[in-house]
Amino acid sequence: MEIKDFIQHFAEQFDETDINEFTPETVFHDLEEYSSLVALSIIAMINEEYDVTLKGDDMSAAVTIEDLFNIVKSKM
Amino acid sequence: MAFLEVKNVRIVGMSAGVPKRVINNLEQFNNYSKDYDAKAFVEQTGVLERRVDNIPTSDLCVPAAVKLMKDLGWEKSDIDAILFVSQNTDYILPATACIIQERLGLSKECYAMDIAMGCSGWVYGLSAATSLMQGGTIKKALLMCGDGKRRSEYDGPLFGFAGTVTALVYDESCSSIKFHLGTDGSSYDAIIIPDGGARNQVSPKSFELEEFDGKMVHRMETRMKGMDVFAFGISVVPKSVKQLAERFQLDYHACDYYVFHQANMKMNNMIMKKLKLPEEKVPSCMYHFGNTSSASIPLTIVTQLVESCKDRKTFLCCGFGVGLSWGTVVFDTKDLVLSELVEVEEDKNTKWV
Repeated sequence: MEIKDFIQHFAEQFDETDINEFTPETVFHDLEEYSSLVALSIIAMINEEYDVTLKGDDMSAAVTIEDLFNIVKSKM
Repeated sequence: MAFLEVKNVRIVGMSAGVPKRVINNLEQFNNYSKDYDAKAFVEQTGVLERRVDNIPTSDLCVPAAVKLMKDLGWEKSDIDAILFVSQNTDYILPATACIIQERLGLSKECYAMDIAMGCSGWVYGLSAATSLMQGGTIKKALLMCGDGKRRSEYDGPLFGFAGTVTALVYDESCSSIKFHLGTDGSSYDAIIIPDGGARNQVSPKSFELEEFDGKMVHRMETRMKGMDVFAFGISVVPKSVKQLAERFQLDYHACDYYVFHQANMKMNNMIMKKLKLPEEKVPSCMYHFGNTSSASIPLTIVTQLVESCKDRKTFLCCGFGVGLSWGTVVFDTKDLVLSELVEVEEDKNTKWV
């Protein structure tokens, strides 16, 4: 599991946000387009791509995209 | 492992009652919470409109039962059992099924019981009703499932009200009904009304608004950890379908229809994709009725499959949600009677206690 691929999958869940906004350090909760519906798309993507089932608390606990990547990795 | 195989019971008919009043999520429901975007909500959840009114669940089920009994040519005296599955009963006590026995004019020799289940309730109710019947002494039964009039007027843009009726007969010539049922009580608070039961009895504090998931709600309203429920649905449903298929040596791809609890479009599309099911075999009614809890599977069949259930059909259905609880069932039908949808208006005349 590579962070580069994870970020790409993560970014695909957004329609309007510039691709350059997505880095390991991005505080994704602060992205203007981030919403509870986008969060569901991210949970679905992670379930599909990595076969990991996240909970709402995992999404809240992660500050950056890298944090979320590490949570997913720890559950694999 | 909760697998069941019930023999000698056949589903012969279904009907549904919904409030006549339509709420459109784009026109009448657009100030739900601070970051709520009605258009995005409709696009992503697939819920454009819902039926909502001041009508208890039983008032939706009773006229639907009358219609179905007429369409089937059943006499009141034929019915040996009624099961009422709901989390919005008429009273805390007595059981609503007892009141329905009298309202439908059924025999006092009728078995009547409530079952408190939500989104998985139709499958659970079906497992209970058919298990009860397989001995052959109860020949005809009505399974009523649904949720009407909730504890807050609108209860968010996702939920609609409906009451459904499924008619069952003892029939030694039919194929068996196969179930897989599961439970995960560790997430009991993923969907919950915290107050009003014995744990937190209702008090003036129950109606004080507090913030939950970005919305102001009181403690007599349903609160849902949406992300947890979503993650639960997309992972547990495909697993349950596969477990059922494996246990009973079925090719689940060979069914005619796959009817899932109408949770929301995003979740249901994901489930469909994970099971590699063709869209045309997965009917949906959430666009017009929203998430109708335990009514959603029969409501989908009644409203979407009217013309297609005349011949023999194999159904795979899965209900999942509050509990957390889930149930998958496979059954065959032949000449299934589907009554026309019954639209119900608020009854202001009957005097109830």
